Amino acid sequence: MSHPVTVFVVDDHALFRTGVKAELAGLDDDRIAVVGEAGSVGEAVVRITSDQPDVVLLDVHMPDGGGRAVLDQIHAKLPDVVFLALSVSDAAEDVIAVIRAGARGYVTKTISGRELADAIVRVSAGDAVFSPRLAGFVLDAFSDRGGPAPVTDPELDLLSPREREVLKLLARGYAYKEIAAQLFISIKTVETHVSSVLRKTQKSNRYELSRWASDRRLV
Amino acid sequence: MPVLRRACRTGRSPLADAAAQAPTAPVAPTQPRPPAGPSPTAPGFGGPVPADTDSRPTNPIPVVASPIEPANTPTAPGFTADGVPKLTRRRDYRVLGGVAGGIADHLRVKVLWVRVAFVLLALLSGAGVLAYGLLWIFVPQAAPDAPAAQPASPVERRQALGIAAVGLAILIVVAALGLGDSLGVVLGPLGLAAIGAAFIWREADDARRARWRRSAAGIVGPSRASWWRLIGGCVLVVGGLSVFALGQVDFTAVQSALLAVVLTLVGVAVITIPWWVRLVRDLGDERQGRIREKERAEIAAHLHDSVLQTLALIQRQAGDSKEVQRLARSQERQLRTWLYGPAGYAAGHGAADSPAAVDQTFAASLAEAAGDVEDTYNKSVTPVIVGDTGMDQHLNALVAASREAMVNAAKHAQVEEISVYAEIEDGTASVFVRDRGIGFDPAVVGSDRRGLAESIRGRMERHGGTATVRSSPGNGTEIELTVPVRPDESERPTPVMNSQQGDVTK
Repeated sequence: MSHPVTVFVVDDHALFRTGVKAELAGLDDDRIAVVGEAGSVGEAVVRITSDQPDVVLLDVHMPDGGGRAVLDQIHAKLPDVVFLALSVSDAAEDVIAVIRAGARGYVTKTISGRELADAIVRVSAGDAVFSPRLAGFVLDAFSDRGGPAPVTDPELDLLSPREREVLKLLARGYAYKEIAAQLFISIKTVETHVSSVLRKTQKSNRYELSRWASDRRLV
Repeated sequence: MPVLRRACRTGRSPLADAAAQAPTAPVAPTQPRPPAGPSPTAPGFGGPVPADTDSRPTNPIPVVASPIEPANTPTAPGFTADGVPKLTRRRDYRVLGGVAGGIADHLRVKVLWVRVAFVLLALLSGAGVLAYGLLWIFVPQAAPDAPAAQPASPVERRQALGIAAVGLAILIVVAALGLGDSLGVVLGPLGLAAIGAAFIWREADDARRARWRRSAAGIVGPSRASWWRLIGGCVLVVGGLSVFALGQVDFTAVQSALLAVVLTLVGVAVITIPWWVRLVRDLGDERQGRIREKERAEIAAHLHDSVLQTLALIQRQAGDSKEVQRLARSQERQLRTWLYGPAGYAAGHGAADSPAAVDQTFAASLAEAAGDVEDTYNKSVTPVIVGDTGMDQHLNALVAASREAMVNAAKHAQVEEISVYAEIEDGTASVFVRDRGIGFDPAVVGSDRRGLAESIRGRMERHGGTATVRSSPGNGTEIELTVPVRPDESERPTPVMNSQQGDVTK
């Protein structure tokens, strides 16, 4: 890689921003370089627009609309900036909402620095990053539990059996390499499946998210 | 502000007030004409007004009772969801009660047209006067920090008075055409009473303001002018009603005493309307405040019991990093459950009311087992669970076996993190317990490991399930456990068996 991936951190907790920067710097990883940070939605929109980093680490929960608001204001304008959601939130509807707004992955804040660095490099290369929790949420979202949701576009509204398998292995904590070995496919194919699942999660209108989120508690 | 204040004071003509916009007393809502009687006593009550002030606290009433639009959406203060200014009575730049100005702001039309409309309506059997009076009663005053409309210019004030004068002139013409003789006797006294009520109500607005100012500045005691206006208003109401009674009623009739009582009651009602309205509103405010307070207390109590206690423990054990880690993990899990769990805070109160039913689900049981292992062995155990169902004996066995598998991994794998994935799909419940630890060769296992594997496998097989161990030295271990799930009837959490648990309230 010719130049390091530039990273921008958006989180309303200054302590957390400092922690992420320190951890990424402490890795001594020349693949990534933190170039900026913002503590509010407004500041983030202004500074990301001017700095144009490669990857934005985005907090899901912030005042004034959270990561969703940042994505809504920037993503269409700057399609080259990649967003990776980084949050403590366990609420499925929050996580799925940020993914649908354009984030290319979701990792929890308890992730180790090394894993975070890998995730950053992967999203910047065009991959999707599914933590086991996100994989679980997406599996839930595409399941038929909670009433038959209408399938209007099979291309978007259904996961292929292979995608489902890949997603389940992700939820079980498998790395791409392990998934490839398990399913006898190449790592490249695993990446293609994951990207396809991300696209379906973002584009499918099969379920209403709020309804799904509440059904999930009952089923 | 002094300039505006003076404009307010000098601009108000009691005559115009009475003629154009005086609210009619509820005594005679069907009177054919608005009260338009001359009011020689009125100027005495139109004197100094308590100065407007900007130091009042915010009007806490968000809900506007309005016949035009129910604007009670919780959006920006002073505006409805559509961005339209809420219907409130103008606080400043008003001629009488601020009703016309408020409606003009709300409908975004010129206040002139609203006033014309009121006068025209007033000519229709006094409907405009009645409407004005009711709006004055039920529409709250604008909050003190609400954005002020454009200042009322002297021109606008003259316009308002002009409209009132035209209305008055039309009334006089009508009266001169011969209709007035029979009605004048009725309308004169009732008009007088209406003017009195107007002053009382207006004074109530000022009293409310004065109360705010007192609480803000610590000054006690209403001004003398306000007392005078109050008393004057009462005298007008009582006097007007009395004259009306004397003029209309044949006192030889038997029911005259009854009529007097009724009229007295009506008079008292008219005089006290502003206080009744205020009482009802204050009660509503107080109730809202209590609900908020209760909510706040609940959250505070929870945070105290959980987070603060844990932080105190962590401070005391700061040297023991393992223990600190364990405490932090355990606390994080509890807080997550409280916030996002099925019975959690974010799930709403309906769910929180039935914690017993939630305890019965598979997902909750497995998460609890994972939490136990996390606490006991100080390893991070992160369950991801897709789907859920009510518990039965097979699932109980599955959870117990999964717990054994987690304990196994925590004890022997020599890693800090254990992944747990569970799903319920196609009539099968599956649990995968995975670590990236040292692994082992399932064919060559020590006697202790063998015993545990047998206990897991034996338990699963007794319940019609399977247990598969995938492991090799250096590549971690994954244990897959499955049991069949009864079809649909178990898809919902089963009713709680021990109902007394459901009655426990915190």
